[in-house]
Amino acid sequence: MKFLVAILLTALLAFISGLFLPWWGMALTSLGVAVLVHQKAGKAFLAGLLGVFLLWAGLAWWIDMKNNGVLSKKIATVLPLGGNSLVLILVTGIIGGLVAGMAAMSGSFLRSSNK
Amino acid sequence: MRIIPFAISTIVTAGLVFAFNRPLGPLPMPAGKFLSPQHGFWQNAEPSNASFDADLNFPGLKGKAEVYFDERLVPHVFAENDDDLYFLQGYLHAKFRLFQMDLQTKAAAGRASEIAGKKAINYDKEQRRLGMVYAAENAMKEVDKDPATKAMFDAYTSGVNAYISTLKESTLPVEYKLLNCKPEKWTNFRSAILLKMMAKMLSSGTENDLTNTNAKSVFIPDELKMMYPQVPDSLAPIVPKGTVFEKPGIVPVQPASADSLYFDNKGTITAREISKPDINNGSNNWVVAGTKTQSGSPILCNDPHLELSLPSIWYEMQLQTPGSNSYGVSLPGSPYIIIGFNDSIAWGVTNAQRDVKDYYEIKFKDKTKKEYWFRGNWEPTTQRIEEIKVKGGQTIFDTVAYTIYGPVMFDESFSNESSNKRNLAVRWVAHDPSNEAVTFYKLNRARNYDEYEAAIKTFECPGQNFVFASKAGDIAIWQQGKFPARWDRQGLYVMPGEDSSYMWQGFIPQTENPHSKNPERGFLESANQRPADSTYPYFIPGSYITPRGITIEKYLSVMTGIVPADMMKLQNNYFNSLAEDARTILLQYVRENDLNAAEKKYLDLVKNWDLMASPDSKGQTVYQCWWDSLMVGIWEDDLSRVNPMAKYPEEQTTMELLKKDSVCKFIDDINTKQTETLFDVVTASLKKASVDLAKNEADGKLTWAKFKNPTVYHLIKDLKGFSRPGLNIGGNGNILNAVTHSHGPSWRMIIQLTTPTEAYGVYPGGQSGNPGSKYYDDYLDNWVAGKYNKLWFMREGDRTDKNIKWVMKFSKG
Repeated sequence: MKFLVAILLTALLAFISGLFLPWWGMALTSLGVAVLVHQKAGKAFLAGLLGVFLLWAGLAWWIDMKNNGVLSKKIATVLPLGGNSLVLILVTGIIGGLVAGMAAMSGSFLRSSNK
Repeated sequence: MRIIPFAISTIVTAGLVFAFNRPLGPLPMPAGKFLSPQHGFWQNAEPSNASFDADLNFPGLKGKAEVYFDERLVPHVFAENDDDLYFLQGYLHAKFRLFQMDLQTKAAAGRASEIAGKKAINYDKEQRRLGMVYAAENAMKEVDKDPATKAMFDAYTSGVNAYISTLKESTLPVEYKLLNCKPEKWTNFRSAILLKMMAKMLSSGTENDLTNTNAKSVFIPDELKMMYPQVPDSLAPIVPKGTVFEKPGIVPVQPASADSLYFDNKGTITAREISKPDINNGSNNWVVAGTKTQSGSPILCNDPHLELSLPSIWYEMQLQTPGSNSYGVSLPGSPYIIIGFNDSIAWGVTNAQRDVKDYYEIKFKDKTKKEYWFRGNWEPTTQRIEEIKVKGGQTIFDTVAYTIYGPVMFDESFSNESSNKRNLAVRWVAHDPSNEAVTFYKLNRARNYDEYEAAIKTFECPGQNFVFASKAGDIAIWQQGKFPARWDRQGLYVMPGEDSSYMWQGFIPQTENPHSKNPERGFLESANQRPADSTYPYFIPGSYITPRGITIEKYLSVMTGIVPADMMKLQNNYFNSLAEDARTILLQYVRENDLNAAEKKYLDLVKNWDLMASPDSKGQTVYQCWWDSLMVGIWEDDLSRVNPMAKYPEEQTTMELLKKDSVCKFIDDINTKQTETLFDVVTASLKKASVDLAKNEADGKLTWAKFKNPTVYHLIKDLKGFSRPGLNIGGNGNILNAVTHSHGPSWRMIIQLTTPTEAYGVYPGGQSGNPGSKYYDDYLDNWVAGKYNKLWFMREGDRTDKNIKWVMKFSKG
């Protein structure tokens, strides 16, 4: 339950952060969530990773669908990912998720060290 | 103790943020910033059902205005006054084409290194040394002198900047995100330098003074005349043959020392231009009078041939105020409609191809370049210190000396070779103060022939063939520009700079520029050929292209009862008029018995070819490879005597030479003992071409479109995903449908001046510069197929018409 709450809260706060802060704002919010909803480091990492992975990959997928894949195919050629939109969506999610996961791990350690 | 793991994981997190916030590997974009769906490129993925409706307020506006978009995203701008009109044009250019405006004007000003880094330094140096910034500054002075033009430029600039100021990180065009940089504020100067970019594109590559000078060191005058003739035998000039020219208003005098110091000077030049404009930067335009059309009204056609790009160089729009109403294509970065029509007239342009740029050799007193020898004195230079900022490198300072001629483009600190460093100053008409913009302001509003003539007569550079038709039934063409009056062969080669007698002695009076109005034959055309035959009383060198003019005349002279659909067919015509004669030579001189089976097969393809350069034609591919190979066989040995190698004579010249003289001296290969005949060279060139042809055939690339692989590249060619390769379109530079690998008709327009006007147009791109928009390249397939969009000339009463898809409302606020 705690794990699920952490994931959802991470995603929600990361989204709100994205409206006002630069892209790395979600690292701060993900760290915050891990402090607030305390879990062991590994679990916190996974929750942070999944939270922002789902948010970023989900948003990218939604945008891509409305765009009929016009831009993602081009960017996936430039990057280069063989012009594969799905791979680009996954890479998007993983990059975001990795940062958030690490930040959440820090949050978990921060709370532990305070005890 | 969790402090240590905390520190470690925090450092790792910060490290990741840092790493993803800066360029990774060879690509300049930061991964995190670029991929974030709320900030990065995903934000540029425009929903396919996106709305362009908006309600906007800007303090820069004077009143209210509306922009009505039709389903092709063409804006129809309705403003109450000129200031608001050009404010909105600037705003729309920026909204849909900001990156290209920004990039092109930076490159024109020699600032490409700011984006591309070290590799662009020499390009930037050349732009500065050619005096691009100097030219634009001189143009700005003229703009500032004319309050009306200044007001339009100011309004346009405010409009661009109004859009730029609305941008957030997420709404930046995707190219900025890829390059990790930001747009720069617009200024009037940037519009001025954009027009100078066009001047360079169209009037800087039309001379070959440097290579000609080298050719002169080896070839005798008679040979030079054969290789680089002034008037082609088969010329179909712009001004119909038989036109009687006035007595010249100025007769330039050849200097007494010309033979010894100029014609017999055997010195060579190793310097060469790095970014010489494409010779194919040409165009077609023609107009037919009502006597030749079904409707009884004139039809005007134009297709300017330029390097094709995505986004396109053109942006289609309609601009209306209570006092004016024009429709056509505009150049993002500049106000006005450049090619188009209004309620009363239509106009189009092709390039004049005239040589308006010469080089003078300069002798400096010493390395400081502060004084140069002129008329027996050491005269002071003025020096400009050019500051070139380099991405990821040190700023470079380059001192350029200016003489009475202009900037010293090549000198010790800027030369492509290590030896033979001669100082060469450039005299170029584009440097002279002039106001080209006002021509378009007036053309947009011209109602008849007299107003058209008044609009264009001040246009100086790049020289253009302005074609015209009016609803009153007039048709006309003027080759308009400021052209030096030269003595015979003046400026074909580098001239001595010490002696004022080699300077331009004046300009051809504007009224003597080649022109024609309502000729008996009922049509006028221009396609980059020499404007007049040899009876024109001036020496007018240039890089003329002859074949397309011949083709247009061939068709137009016999056509009657013309309707717009006939003109569409003609713009997309694939007839290879040069090959008609060239093939005869090839077939006459090939020794069939010497050919093997494969070579015979290729020969048969040429024999049975319909002379059309259509996309699926194999005959065109074989012919072109064979002819190219023949050109090498004839010229390579002779031209190699010149170091660096002299310029190849034109295909047209070669054909005419062989047609006239099948034992011409250039046919023999001077590197062999025996004397080759035309039979030998034609047969050997087919054998040589067959080797390449066989390779292409094995790759499935024997058909013309597969062979040349027509491609429209993004402005940044490396962005392969943003380009459109493999287009199934035929044509070539010397064919009406002038598509080469990446160059060709950048806008095809047909205007029938009936009431109401019937207008058609298409360009190889789309209205949106955003690669994430479906409007990025949505005209491209139609362009390939030779189809046109019907242009909707919106009227005041159409504000609720069903053609309107979106409305942007603007007001002062």
